[in-house]
Parts: sequence; C-alpha cells; structure tokens
Amino acid sequence: MMKTKKGSEFLFFALRNYKLRVGLTVVLVFLAIALVGPSLARNTPFAYANPLGAEPPSGEYWFGTTTFGQDVFAQFVHGLRATFVVGAIGGGLGTFLGVLIGFTAGYRGGLVDEVLNMLTNIVLVIPTMAVLLIITAYLEVRGIITESIFIGLTSWPWVARAIRAQTFSLRSREFVDLARLSGMKPWKIVFCEIAPNMMSYLLLASILQFGGATLNAATLDFIGLGPTTGISLGLMMNNAVLWGALLLGFWWWFVPPGLAITLIVGALYVTNVGLDEVFNPKLREM
Amino acid sequence: MSLTVENLRVYYQTLRGDVKALDGATFTLDDGEIMGLAGESGCGKTTLAHSLTRLSPPLRYVEGRVTLDGQELPIADMSRMNDFRMKKLSVIPQYAMNALNPTRKIGTIIRDLLRSRHVEADTSLQELYRRLDLVRLPYDILKRYPIELSGGMKQRMVMVVSTLLNPSLLIADEITSALDVATQKAVAEMLVEFRDRALVKSMIVITHDVSILYQLADSILIMYAGQLSEKASTQTIIRAPRHPYTKLLISSLPTIGVRHAEHKLSGIPGTTPLLLDPPAGCRFRDRCPVAFSKCSEVPPFVEVTDGHWVACWKESETHA
Amino acid sequence: MLSLDGVSKVYNVGTFGGKQLRAVRDVSFDVRDGEAVSLIGESGSGKTTIGKMILRLLSVGSGTISIDGVSIATLRGSGLKEYYRKVQGVFQDPFSSFNPIFKADRMFEVLRQEFYPEASEKEWEEKVHESLRCVGLNPEHVLHKFPHQLSGGQLQRFLIARACLLEIDLLVADEIISMLDASTRIDVLNVLADLKSGGLSLLFITHDLSLAYYISERAVILQRGRVVEMGLTERVFRNPLHPYTRMLMASVPRLDKRWEDTDYGAGEIGRPSELAGSTAEEALADERHTLTQAEPGHFVATSG
Repeated sequence: MMKTKKGSEFLFFALRNYKLRVGLTVVLVFLAIALVGPSLARNTPFAYANPLGAEPPSGEYWFGTTTFGQDVFAQFVHGLRATFVVGAIGGGLGTFLGVLIGFTAGYRGGLVDEVLNMLTNIVLVIPTMAVLLIITAYLEVRGIITESIFIGLTSWPWVARAIRAQTFSLRSREFVDLARLSGMKPWKIVFCEIAPNMMSYLLLASILQFGGATLNAATLDFIGLGPTTGISLGLMMNNAVLWGALLLGFWWWFVPPGLAITLIVGALYVTNVGLDEVFNPKLREM
Repeated sequence: MSLTVENLRVYYQTLRGDVKALDGATFTLDDGEIMGLAGESGCGKTTLAHSLTRLSPPLRYVEGRVTLDGQELPIADMSRMNDFRMKKLSVIPQYAMNALNPTRKIGTIIRDLLRSRHVEADTSLQELYRRLDLVRLPYDILKRYPIELSGGMKQRMVMVVSTLLNPSLLIADEITSALDVATQKAVAEMLVEFRDRALVKSMIVITHDVSILYQLADSILIMYAGQLSEKASTQTIIRAPRHPYTKLLISSLPTIGVRHAEHKLSGIPGTTPLLLDPPAGCRFRDRCPVAFSKCSEVPPFVEVTDGHWVACWKESETHA
Repeated sequence: MLSLDGVSKVYNVGTFGGKQLRAVRDVSFDVRDGEAVSLIGESGSGKTTIGKMILRLLSVGSGTISIDGVSIATLRGSGLKEYYRKVQGVFQDPFSSFNPIFKADRMFEVLRQEFYPEASEKEWEEKVHESLRCVGLNPEHVLHKFPHQLSGGQLQRFLIARACLLEIDLLVADEIISMLDASTRIDVLNVLADLKSGGLSLLFITHDLSLAYYISERAVILQRGRVVEMGLTERVFRNPLHPYTRMLMASVPRLDKRWEDTDYGAGEIGRPSELAGSTAEEALADERHTLTQAEPGHFVATSG
C-alpha cells in the first residue's frame, strides 16, 4: 500500500532529520518539565517563602528567590505550564479560524471570497497593541484564557491566506469536479478530497501557530498587557524588570524564563524547518 | 551531408539507475531536408533534441558522434557547444513561447540574446526587420511585452529569434502543439519558407502529430522507446511503411473521411516499456504482431531501399 | 434527450467586475438518444463552458438546458444528484482527474457511498468488475493501484467505466483523448463508440476535426461562443459553407490531402485583430446571427 509506504518513508526521513530531532527533543523536555515540575516544586509560586528576599540559586531554592522571597523555580514551572496552555489554546484557535476561513474562501470563491479576503486584510492590519490597550482599559481582571483567545483571534490571517491559495489551486483540478459530479457535498469535498492533499502544510501551520502564540503571549506579558492573575514566563520577566532585577543583578529571576521562551520558540521553528525538509524532498540536503 | 549522427547513446541519471532514453541513434540529414521526428511520449525525441544542443545533467553522454557540416560537435561539453548554439545549430524548445521573460520587452530580449553570442544588435537590425516581414509581424512588436502578444505571434517571434544568425540546423520541438489550427498552419508554412529561402539549411521538426509532418516534412523518422524504428520519405511512411510499429501507428490515426461505423481503426495493445530496465533487443518486441526469436537482439537501422531505413529483423530479412 | 435553447453565459471580469466576457452566445442544439454530437471549436470558442453548464459545474447563464424536457437550471440537492445518475462527464487530463494521494479505485467507493449505500460487498464487486470489462480493462490489472501507476489511457477508461457503472444516458466528453498517446487514443475512442451503439448519448467536445468525423453523427461548429454551422457531420465536413468552417477544413492537417490540394480558400492570418484581447473580433462576433437551413440536416449562421 503506497499510503503506508509513503507514511513510513516520511517517518524514515523524519527520524533522520537532525533539525527535527533536536527541535522536538527540546520542546518535549520543556513539556515534561511543565507537566512534572509543579509537583516537584516545594512552594507555590506566590508564597513568600524566603524571608531573606532575593537570593541566588542554592540547594533549597534551585532557581533562587525573588525580591519578595518567592521561589523562582516554582514560578518557573507553573509559568511554563501557563505558557504551553496559551500556546495550545491561542495557537489552536488561530489555526482553527485560519483553516475555516481559508477553506471557505478558497472553495467558494466569488463574493464569499471577496468578503472573507476583506476580513482577513482588516484583521491583518489592525494594530493589535492598540486594541489590547483598549481591552486592558476595560477589563479589570484578565486571565490566561482571555489572552489566548485574543491571540487566536488576531493570528489567523496568514494561515487563512496560505490555505486559501492552496485550496484555489486544488479546486481547479478535475478531481474536484468529478467529486461534485458524484454528488458529494461541498464540506465533504473540502475535508475528504482537498484537505488530505495539504496535511503537511496543516501540520507545519499548527506548529508555527503554537510557537507564534507562545512568543506573542510572552511579549504581551512582558510589557504588562498580559493576564492579571496567575503566572507565566513573560510575567516573570515583567516582574523581574519592574522590580529592578536587571539593575540589581538578580539574573536568576529573568534568565530562566527568558532562556526558556527563546529555546521553546526557537526549537519549534527549527522543528518546522526540519518538517518542511521531510515533506519537501527538494529541500533535503542529500 | 548536413548532419550525421552515429550511434548516439544518452542516458538519464536517476537515483534508481540509468534510464536508457536514447539508445543507439544513427541517421543522416541532408542539406535542405526537413525531417520530421515523430513518436509517442517517452520515445526519446526530446532527449535527442537535448542531446544535440544541451547535454547537461541529469542527461549523461554515453557514446556516439555528431557531425554538422563536416565538423564534429562537442555535444558532451556544454561550454564548447556555446560557440555552436544559435550560429550553427539552433533549437526552439517546447513551450519556448511561454518562456519569454514577461518583464522585458521583446526588443530587449533579442538584444540580450545576441549579445550573449557576441553579435551587436545594431548590425543585425536590418536583417531582423526583414525576418519580421517574412513572418508577417509588425516592427513595433519589439517594443511590446510578451503578455501583449497572442500565442501565434509569440511562436513566430521565437522562430525569428532562433534563426536570426542563419544556423545550419534548426530543431523545432513541438512548436505547433498549443496553437489553434490556422496559426498552426501558418507556423508550419513559415518553417518551410525559412528552408526555401536558405535562411536555415536543414530542420528537425519534433512532434507527436504525424499529420502536420505529412504537410511540411520531406522525410519522417519514427522513434520508439529510445530506439529508431524507421526513416523514409513522408509519402513512404504514410502510405507504405515497413516497420510493424509504424504500420500500426499510421493505421491508428483517425483522419477526415474515416468513420467508426464504416472502418473501425484499432490501436496498439500493450504499453511502452519502462526505460529503466528495458527488454533486450527490439523494444517493440512485446507488442509486435510479427516478432520472432531474432528480435531479442537489437535490430540494426539499415537502408532497405534507397533512402528508406528500417530497424526490424523481419523487414531486413524479407529484403535480403 | 439533451436540448439547449438560446443558452448564453456572461462572465464579469476585470477589477470589480467592470468588463463583460461573453463566453457563450445564444447557443441552441440538441443531442438525441443514442446519438453522438461533436461540439467543435478552438480555444475561446466556449465549448468547455457549454460542457460545464450541461454538467451543472457552472450555473446556466440564460436560456434553457433541458434533459428529456426538464430544465436543469434550478436543480439542487437530491434533484441534482438524481441528475448525475443520468448525466456524467469525463475531462481532458487523466492525471488531474484523480486525487493523487488516493488509489484510483477509491472513485468507485465514493460512488457507492453516494449512490448505492445499500449494495452488498459481493454485488458491488460484481458491478465494478462489469463496468471495467465494459471499457476493456482487466480488473486484476487496474484495481488497487495508484493513479501514477496507471497509464493515461487506462485512467480515461476508468473514468468512462464510472459512467457505465451509473448507467447514465448522456456522457459529456471534454477533449478526453487530447492528452493521450496516438496509439491509445483510438482505443478510448472505440470504447466510446461501442457504448454509443449500446444506447449511450454522447456530447463529444473537441478541437480535432478528424476525431469528430470518426465518432459523431452530427457536428456543431463554434466560433467565439456562437454556433456558426451545424448539421450532419458528413454534410458539414464535405460541404462547409460558413467562412470559419471553411477555414478550419482548409487549415487542419490531414493525412489524405496536403494543404495545397484543398480548395476551401483559407483566410489570411496576420489579421489586424490578432493582438491579444482585441476588440475588432469582439465586435465581429456581436453582430446578430441566425441559423438558416442550407440543405436538409445542415444549418449555417448568416448575419442579419
């Protein structure tokens, strides 16, 4: 069966691809920490555990403590969880919207396409910072979910564009006409005939969305537009800067979260490049 | 002798081995001869065109000699062939008319091409105008962009450019396929006129459409699966072919005047062999109605009557 | 069986749909039971648009297209599905007609799900094998294979088998053999001819006059969306009356005559209107034409 052969051919190249292996390993390591970490942490993130305030990493406090004596490690592992949640929900929402709008615009064409195109362009052009500022002004309390939804609602345009373009080109192929002549309903044609041809792209897009959402969230948190409750890596960095960690040399407060964000998002992008090489034989450095 | 090809073997390199796309081509082309090169997909006709003009990877030169006007062509050496391209031999590749750079004016394209051949455009301008008259294109076409031209105009433009330096040999690869019927006829007639006015000495016209060849070619060379099958004058190929493949091919072509109800035509059962690991001997063997034991050896391309060459053991047997 | 009456199709093109492109203008013809009609035209003649309208892949612009007297323009949902049990199409590119990531016979599965959901395994297998034999394919050689493992000729026959399976009344064949090799073309054409003698009506869309002559009883010649001549194939081909038809007959390369020997007086190319998108030819086509009968079974368009 060619399909499994193609599947195992992909697997073969996937396992050999250096970038894919490295990227995926890094992400999985952090994911493991996020899953297991909070049970390993001895303190809760906000507890004023250390009466001595900020202290560098030691046997008791693996990542040191903040100005308020909070356990940085505890904050780190809980923050890591939050980061992954935002990435998943925000990225997931963004992918979902992009797929929905992209397929609809690409398949239907005509007026529907024009309208959706306009919508895509508007969302693309909206200054997200400005909108966020307005939202923060109105919402006194914001949680991680709100942030995820916001990120999801503003990050879908490029996915929609790409999917629309590919759908357009596939739709003009004669097998779509034949599917219509078989009485298949449009949604069935999109999901059973067109989408399977784009599986590799959909996978790449969702990984990119995940990485992008994570980075977006960290940025927003860092400049103070993040959630008002809970902790995340970006919030850690925000707090660190606010409380002068940079000036006072409390490197253990902002280096772990910063490094983690960089490594996770970087690893995701590298995974993406690796996957692209696996799916697109012409890019392989054989 | 204008062109002589001796035992030309050119293979395609692939990950799974060599595809024997052209396996032993030997033929000659006289001055002033328009030879049609016909065959079905995968027969090697485009490979032959590429071997004569642009033999670069994945194509691999294996053996053979090509001589044009008494001079041996260094076909295996791309850089040395530069001196010959456009001046001694010229090719109009498939889809050439779609390969015109859409962001440049026609005049600029021509000037750059000529410059690459170390010919200054200004000195050839008069000649260029004369050629444009010949193909009935207005002079202002030089100031236009390719997108403004119709398919027929682009094709004629490409013909003018390819023949500007009066090459001895012109190879035209499927230049009439994408055109409508009237333009097709005009382009075909122009090819003949180029030869009649001695702007080009001889031509190889590659196509899968045998009926166009009947209209414009002096002789036709039929290829099958990388081997030459038959070469003869156009009339002979169409009316009295001798190779079994040619016979079956010609008789499978519908033409006006033939109706299914009155005369049911039949095709050739089977499929062309894959050239990665072709059968030994004559590659038409498996589909041939008269194949016999000797066919497991490659039949030589021999002249059975004056100007009529066939690669078939059966035919050379009956002749002998 | 199939009847077109005053059918036109206009596209809005250009930015914001400013300009209009008249792809089909006032076309009327019919296809009777068990008859093959060729729709002959070059690129831009509107022949593919007509085919797609008949297959309801495009909406019918204006005019009526009817099957057995019933207009198809308003069909939707289950009505449309019923229509597809009677009318099917086969297209030009065999490799584009199959979804490359699935096996070729998945197409039969789709038909089963949509049209024969209650059929048993055994019944279905019989039906599939029967329809494959109908087009001269050996089930063992072509089932369970991917499209790229089959030849163009086999794929086209697969698609015709699909039509056999549904037991349709009319097949719209749009340039179905132009991408095939010469030696397989005639086989596919013969399959169509055999099906036709079994009662199938055929609308054979092509630009190739010799194919049209081989297979069809009647021919319709299209130029720029308009019918310029139509009638019995014999009559139209042997005695072309319209200048465009005469030009076609004179320019088509034949194997029995050379161009010099034809006496239809081809028109000159290098017309002033040759530049892409010229308005002169548009204006020419806009003139009012009516079809008048020149001889029994032979109609020509005349201006006025």
